[in-house]
Amino acid sequence: MATNKSQHISQQFETELQDIRSRVLAMAGLVEKQVADALDALITGNVDLARQVIEQDTHVNDLEMQIDEECTQIIALRQPTAGDLRLVIAILKTITDLERIGDEANSIARKALNLSEQDRPKKSFRELSSLGKHVCAILRDALDAFARFDVDAALKVAAEDKNVDEEYEGILRQMVTYMMEDPRTISRVLDLIWSARSLERIGDHANNVCEYVIYMVEGKDVRHLSVENMEKLLKAKR
Amino acid sequence: MEAVKQQAAPAARAINIESIHRGDKVSLADETTCLELKDFNLFYGDKQALHGINMTIPKNRVTAFIGPSGCGKSTLLRCFNRMNDLIDSVRVEGGILLDGDNLNAPSVNVADLRRQVGMVFQKPNPFPKSIYENVAYGLRLQGVNDRLTLDKVVEKSLKGAALWDEVKDRLHESAMGLSGGQQQRLVIARAIAIEPEVLLLDEPASALDPLSTLKIEELIYELKDKYTIVIVTHNMQQAARVSDYTAFMYMGELIEFGATDELFTNPAKKQTEDYITGRYG
Repeated sequence: MATNKSQHISQQFETELQDIRSRVLAMAGLVEKQVADALDALITGNVDLARQVIEQDTHVNDLEMQIDEECTQIIALRQPTAGDLRLVIAILKTITDLERIGDEANSIARKALNLSEQDRPKKSFRELSSLGKHVCAILRDALDAFARFDVDAALKVAAEDKNVDEEYEGILRQMVTYMMEDPRTISRVLDLIWSARSLERIGDHANNVCEYVIYMVEGKDVRHLSVENMEKLLKAKR
Repeated sequence: MEAVKQQAAPAARAINIESIHRGDKVSLADETTCLELKDFNLFYGDKQALHGINMTIPKNRVTAFIGPSGCGKSTLLRCFNRMNDLIDSVRVEGGILLDGDNLNAPSVNVADLRRQVGMVFQKPNPFPKSIYENVAYGLRLQGVNDRLTLDKVVEKSLKGAALWDEVKDRLHESAMGLSGGQQQRLVIARAIAIEPEVLLLDEPASALDPLSTLKIEELIYELKDKYTIVIVTHNMQQAARVSDYTAFMYMGELIEFGATDELFTNPAKKQTEDYITGRYG
């Protein structure tokens, strides 16, 4: 829908919308890389990479503020309606979630620094690595759905988020067992739990982005609905 | 600013949970019909200007017509009080019902109809008389000359049109001395003095400055409790602000008609989307 639009009579407005969209995609790319790097730093104990992620978080924050400002300008000067309005609103919401994802990546990188100073047990990192890959895939699909205005892809991500939540629950149970078996691991395991929690939150934020994609394209508010109800709402013709 | 600070007090933050879910969505299905069009066609000579229009205009609501120049929205508006009768070549087919009665029926007295369905035009057109006499004009035509009655109606109408405070000390001065925005509100006061059922507004604010425009829009909002208002406007933001329902017309056809908030955020038709977002082709 939103993709095969004809051009605005105002070329300048057209350019502004294009510009803001490409900036969001650039921000998305940066955030995606931050998450992947933070996870990599955590699992391999790469201290330099962790520090880099922490430093680069300011770029994510700056981008959020810049795009925010541009959206405010567009609303004030262009008074967008219909699909244009939904695009601007979806962008405003998406960048908030992207910034939060950036914060989670930052937090994982800090845990990576803590953990790099401690013994590295093989097993617990393996589960975290699997959850991390899962979350990265979800994030990538969500951002692709945003870039392509793809409602079907967005729905798939929304359905997948449930599996991430289950995986996270599984890791929690396992970590509790570790702590009970050997209380000396508590401080290390807590850092791992916080990291797993960050990953799970990233999944939730990716899920939010998918909801904005559906709002942007279909004009339907699917927040706080189960995946089944989302599909039902989308099938219902106006 | 003081008021804002006051509101931040804890008492202002008390919330009634039920009010969250009440919502204030409007829906055509819940409305009482005021005007109804049935397979309505209009021709200027051989040229068809309106094509098979079917719609219902709800009572005590503001309905806006938008669309590019020449799409037929003003022509349609003029059908509601038979202003098109004045043009010889115009021929209509199908029905327009006002409260269920066909207003094109031979038995309908056009003067009576226009008393019921008042109209305000783009350019303010006060009569070259005093402010008072402008508002009293309709009643005088009906033979009302009792001073007390006239005084009452003039005051009530001018208050209704949000003009009273500005003119109460110079009611007997010429209406031509008023500003454009005041003149337009005077014309609205003149229209509501005879208590019509429907008020047709054809681009009522397009010749006014932004502040006068806002006053007219505020007035429209206040008037809808008492009247059914139909407004034609080129200013889409204005349509979005003042109306409960919006109809989009294109090349003499009604493309889309629905709740204003829905039409401006999520229109059903691509043509509507293209028009309101300013796209071509």
